[in-house]
Amino acid sequence: MSEQQEYLDVSVWRGDASSGDYQSFRVPEYASQTILDVVSWIQQNADPTLTYRFACRVGMCGSCAMMVNGSPRWTCRTHVKKVAGKDRKLKIAPLRNLPVIKDLAADMAPFFDKWVKAGGRHAPSATRNDPIPQIKPESAGRDAANAGIECINCSVCYAACDTVTGNPDYLGPAALQRAWTIVNDEKHGNRDAVIEIVSAAGGCHNCHSMGSCTLHCPNDLDPMSAIAGLKRLTARNFFKRGA
Amino acid sequence: MRGHRNHPLWFAFLLHRLSGLGLALFLPAHFWMLSMVLTNPEGFDGFARWTDHPLVKFAEFGLVFLLAVHLFGGLRLLALEFLPWPARHKTLAAASIAGAFLVSGAFFLNAV
Ligand code: FES
Repeated sequence: MSEQQEYLDVSVWRGDASSGDYQSFRVPEYASQTILDVVSWIQQNADPTLTYRFACRVGMCGSCAMMVNGSPRWTCRTHVKKVAGKDRKLKIAPLRNLPVIKDLAADMAPFFDKWVKAGGRHAPSATRNDPIPQIKPESAGRDAANAGIECINCSVCYAACDTVTGNPDYLGPAALQRAWTIVNDEKHGNRDAVIEIVSAAGGCHNCHSMGSCTLHCPNDLDPMSAIAGLKRLTARNFFKRGA
Repeated sequence: MRGHRNHPLWFAFLLHRLSGLGLALFLPAHFWMLSMVLTNPEGFDGFARWTDHPLVKFAEFGLVFLLAVHLFGGLRLLALEFLPWPARHKTLAAASIAGAFLVSGAFFLNAV
């Protein structure tokens, strides 16, 4: 190699649920290197006890999200070039708003529990013996439902949201966006129950529209607008009931 | 500022809350002072003289600023959450309102 090898100055959070601190590593820099590459390099070459999580490495599974220089990101699709400044410094930590299991692995249980609570499981509206209901792909409801279905459950939005930080019972952007998808899905059998849940405390009206979810979503989804949709719907229902 | 908060919508949120807090602190004092017109006219006159002080005049400017920020912050939220328009249309609408406000505000200031 003719060019001189450059190094990244990486501090990685080490510890468990009770305590921990940042540990520094010097990692060789490569072309097209991702944050996940950096973390893997440390685990393979510097400290095999480093704990982190990934699976697909192509932005499909949603398991590799971490805090990188203060912002939540999917690390397998985040290039070092994009986030490390001229000083080549990286600070990598587990996702915020979730308990830590060890090092960079956050406990996703609260995130998935809320997903299920907001209606994450499909409730069928027909049996296999019934004819398949026809849904026009260009209908407004289908459009609204389509907008959120590419969610990969990476919890980046959940970690970005300060309303979640302030209220541990708040369902959060991902679960509420899922609820908005269901509410617009004509084939879902229990839409009223979902509306009931998202109107209650910790539901859509808890959202302060800070927009960090939409800004950070790696798949360019728009949870903030989905939540606004729920707000409109529940407000309309409220006034209808009152009249 | 932490990375994940470093964007306009988050600052708009912060500004709206802070201006709200500022107004909440000011309004009780404001109403109390107005009530003195009825209960204690001399005291009110004293206050009125006090408001001629340049520093107080300057603070009043801050108050108008808080009010404007809070009003537009509220309108922004209503538009954001209750108007299911494309973002591009909202930007246009906001720009035209700001433009209209600027023009009418200039006329208004000319008039007084
Ligand atoms: S490893 Fe699957 S999304 Fe990053």
